Amino acid sequence: MAADTTNILIVGVGGQGTLLASRVLAQAAVAQGHDVKVSEIHGMAQRGGSVVSQVRYGPKIFSPIIKRGDADVIMAFEKLEAARYLPFLKKGGLMVINTDRIDPLPVMSGEVAYPEKLEEKIARVVPKTISLDATGIAAGCGTSRAANIVLVGLVGRALGFPLDALEEAVRGLVPQKVVDINIKALNAGWNYVDNDLISMVRD
Amino acid sequence: MKSLMIGNMAIARGAYEAGVTVAAAYPGTPSTEIVENISRFEGVYAEWSPNEKVALEVGFGASLGGARTLVAMKHVGVNVAADPLYTLSYTGVNGGLVLVSADDPGMHSSQNEQDNRGYGRFAKLLVIEPSDSQEALDFTREAFDLSEQYDTPVMLRVTTRLCHSQSLVQPGEKLDRPLKEYKKNEAKYVMLPGFARLRHLEVEKRMAALREYVEESPLNRIEWGDRNIGIITSGIPYQYVKEVMPEVSALKLGTVNPLPEKLIRSFASQVKKLYVVEELEPVIEEQLKAWGIEVTGKSVLPRTGEYSPELLEELLLGVPAPSGYQLDESIPARPPLLCPGCPHRGVFYVLKRKRLTVTGDIGCYTLGALKPLGAMDTTLCMGASIGAALGLEKARGPESARKTVAVIGDSTFVHSGITPLIDTVYNRGNTTVMILDNGTTAMTGHQDHPATGRTITEEETSRLDLEALARAVGVKRVRKVDPLRIGELEKALDEELSHDGPSVILATRPCALIDKSPKPSLYIDEDKCKGCKICIKLGCTGVYWVQEEKKARINPDLCQGCGLCIDVCKFDAVLERGAN
Repeated sequence: MAADTTNILIVGVGGQGTLLASRVLAQAAVAQGHDVKVSEIHGMAQRGGSVVSQVRYGPKIFSPIIKRGDADVIMAFEKLEAARYLPFLKKGGLMVINTDRIDPLPVMSGEVAYPEKLEEKIARVVPKTISLDATGIAAGCGTSRAANIVLVGLVGRALGFPLDALEEAVRGLVPQKVVDINIKALNAGWNYVDNDLISMVRD
Repeated sequence: MKSLMIGNMAIARGAYEAGVTVAAAYPGTPSTEIVENISRFEGVYAEWSPNEKVALEVGFGASLGGARTLVAMKHVGVNVAADPLYTLSYTGVNGGLVLVSADDPGMHSSQNEQDNRGYGRFAKLLVIEPSDSQEALDFTREAFDLSEQYDTPVMLRVTTRLCHSQSLVQPGEKLDRPLKEYKKNEAKYVMLPGFARLRHLEVEKRMAALREYVEESPLNRIEWGDRNIGIITSGIPYQYVKEVMPEVSALKLGTVNPLPEKLIRSFASQVKKLYVVEELEPVIEEQLKAWGIEVTGKSVLPRTGEYSPELLEELLLGVPAPSGYQLDESIPARPPLLCPGCPHRGVFYVLKRKRLTVTGDIGCYTLGALKPLGAMDTTLCMGASIGAALGLEKARGPESARKTVAVIGDSTFVHSGITPLIDTVYNRGNTTVMILDNGTTAMTGHQDHPATGRTITEEETSRLDLEALARAVGVKRVRKVDPLRIGELEKALDEELSHDGPSVILATRPCALIDKSPKPSLYIDEDKCKGCKICIKLGCTGVYWVQEEKKARINPDLCQGCGLCIDVCKFDAVLERGAN
């Protein structure tokens, strides 16, 4: 794939708002003049299953899906899903993990254990790992449901998007009555990254 | 100004621009958003039809009436609509008629992965296939012109990755197109054998004309590159080819039936090694082989599942996919589940406990087949549960009907469960049918249907009364239960199963995702919980097991307060917060 293409894999559990996150990033990429493709999953997989959406942008995009080992960024809305999709991350890529834990059925029923200290194990393998409690941060902004937008703020900044492009995308895509909360969440994610982190990510 | 659109939105926009004024569909992933979006355009009549056959028949009438008409369905929906489709090929159209077939390679949300390009050859249709959202719009517009020009229904064949991928689209102007005149023409529209024989000759003439057209069609193009390798491809696989082999020569087909023989021969003769890259069936490859063209396809590429860029890299270029990062850890699977608070859960819990044979159907409730509920024996196609139960009974004797229940959703029942219920009454079956009436078509995203009493545009309309309908077809025992009340459910099942003759149990409660009524906040009293895990066996994400304490607990963020766990707990450990 072309070196000037950026691939973002967004993974989580059905119902966590991965679709909206992918649409905001995609819209911001369009505003920057990129060619953009987004791949979404609708239907049965949305019922609490493992879900993935994919955003690709650059001068010219063909495939709507990202190759294994070719994602520049993985935005994981849940720890277990971060681990599941790890093989899609490019060597040197950025892994952003929301430290939420949502037990899948085999864990809830006590059949198998939820792997311990996943974010630490991932960070040991992936040098560029950022773990954060995006759900908690979003709750502080008014609703835990805006965790997706917190992550968009962080990843958007790491990828060099201007804040106003992200804000405009959020305004265009979320329902009117929750715009303010989501703008707050976006900024919280944006401000989560300090300059050291940014230089690590862009290194 | 270009904007991002999923393929389905682009198809809707293309139809609107082409001057479509009638659109019909039954919801089905990945096709649902097409007519949903069309319904939002000004000046278009759109409907949810009870099933795909009716949708296409409405489309036939609308086309005859002079309207440009779009009918959309998922791949298996075309099977339901196949009866009108084959003969529609004979009658031809008046206003342009486009049938969108949304196939699902990889079965993201389907019971099979049939390749509907096959219908093109069988029903003698022009089949065209776009490969991104811009083409989805452009091809849809073009399809209406072609339909009228060649007097044929046109199939626009798309796949999940096209339907649900967004890419940039430049919308165009809406055509100002007056309604065509309706003229009675029995020789064209009444398919009596005498007329149909003549129409078949017309169909063959049309196919000959279409074979000429596809040679020059702007929907096909050659992209010359390195002539050592030539690839013939179409649809989404074209994008994968360009992604991993941008340097090769490619013949990108927009018309997949009929195929442009001269164009293909010319391309084949100018490249050293020829491949066909097509998902699922070797539709293009077999035609090439029949023409005596040497080509490689399914001998190296799979006939099953969805393709991907890394699959082509690996199988065509011999490049192993990059390994990426690896974690030495086993990752528990996360299968889809019934939602917390889902009214179907109680039904499957009871069916499992009673060890009944359950013939199932298509919808969210098919998830009742998965652990820990695991209470379903069959799922075949829309509406099959009732006929299958009758067949089981006829094979194994009436006693078996006392241990068998057919389970079907409200929307699926209206789609194709009514005729097998009539069969059950007519042929003296004893089936107990449970209609899981959650008041919506939930799986595809909550579309209305005749029994909700609302149209696609959410206007009030006459509501189909399922209870009255069951009685009207001759079922004497019809009753309603609340699927979240275990005792009520068990009593109803015991009584209906032991009774001779067919019965219908309507398990009525709105889908948890649309039910806005206030619900209690629940918790588990740790002193009362004995760790029996009966609540865990409900398979609800709202309640989880704490291994260290050997007790169950409720997750207040997920629990919907449906109270099913209160019902099953033998120790009264599940309590309402704030209640005394």
